[in-house]
Amino acid sequence: MSNVGIVIVSHSPLVAEGTADMVRQMVGDEVPLAWCGGNGHGGLGTSVEAIMGAIDKAWSEAGVAILVDLGGAETNSEMAVEMIGEPRAQKIIVCNAPIVEGAVMAATESSGGASLKEVVATAHELSPS
Amino acid sequence: MAALNLARLIAVAADTIATHAEELTALDQAIGDGDHGLNMKRGFEAVRAEADLFAAKPLPDALKAIGTKLVMTVGGASGPLFGTLFMALGKEIAANPDRANLTAAFGKAIEAVAARGKSQVGQKTMLDVLQPVHDALAGGKTAAEIADIADAAAEATVPMKALRGRASFLGDRSIGHMDAGARSTALLVRTLGQVIGESA
Repeated sequence: MSNVGIVIVSHSPLVAEGTADMVRQMVGDEVPLAWCGGNGHGGLGTSVEAIMGAIDKAWSEAGVAILVDLGGAETNSEMAVEMIGEPRAQKIIVCNAPIVEGAVMAATESSGGASLKEVVATAHELSPS
Repeated sequence: MAALNLARLIAVAADTIATHAEELTALDQAIGDGDHGLNMKRGFEAVRAEADLFAAKPLPDALKAIGTKLVMTVGGASGPLFGTLFMALGKEIAANPDRANLTAAFGKAIEAVAARGKSQVGQKTMLDVLQPVHDALAGGKTAAEIADIADAAAEATVPMKALRGRASFLGDRSIGHMDAGARSTALLVRTLGQVIGESA
């Protein structure tokens, strides 16, 4: 698929899955989508390995936008992008946006065929800073 | 500097983290999400499980592999932060480092951690221990002196206001508690000093 992929990374699998449900409701199967949440050991948290897996699953040659909740999700996502390495890393962006609104807005933008830059800009518009 | 017994260092570090896991978790519960002790313990036990594999590698490769293992197993923001510390150290260190090389490599590793955490000294984080330890290394202090400096530096995070991480959400209420990452960093510094001391 040529639309930008969306990855949702929350500390909570329930939040991540619920956010993905809301995205699917908007865009159906038009957008590559994957989510991950939890520390991989049954607790709240995020896992670099799971994030790398989600990026693989939602991979698109147009790129992937990652939506995160709290700080650890951002740090782990940035680490995952670095470990994936070039050339794919330059097509993956961790967005600074609220996770639910950001994911839904970004996916909606992506479903219209927007570029990674446009998708990320749409998500970033939701953040006051 | 005598050759480092890496297998012994891993065992002692994993023991230290396991012994202090509850204390680290309690510190993190006060002003964070309360998973630091358990996360660090999981990571260091994963490193311990493959200690022989790491110890068989040249020091730079071993440190990089340990860092990667921590990234993959610790979870939480500590995984990438401690993982980056070890990975960056491995990138810069010599196979048989002298103090000058260790100091320089440690300095680069601190820069990498600061970049990963988008943080700097004075924000109530592990950097507040790492930087004084670097300065003590550069200043020719002994392992025992450096361990004490690390403890004092962790203690000095108590009156600081957290500006990064979950604790920063608490604002002024983060004042009066020690940063859990600073404490675990000090514990690891003391462990390293102890093992280096044994082989010196």
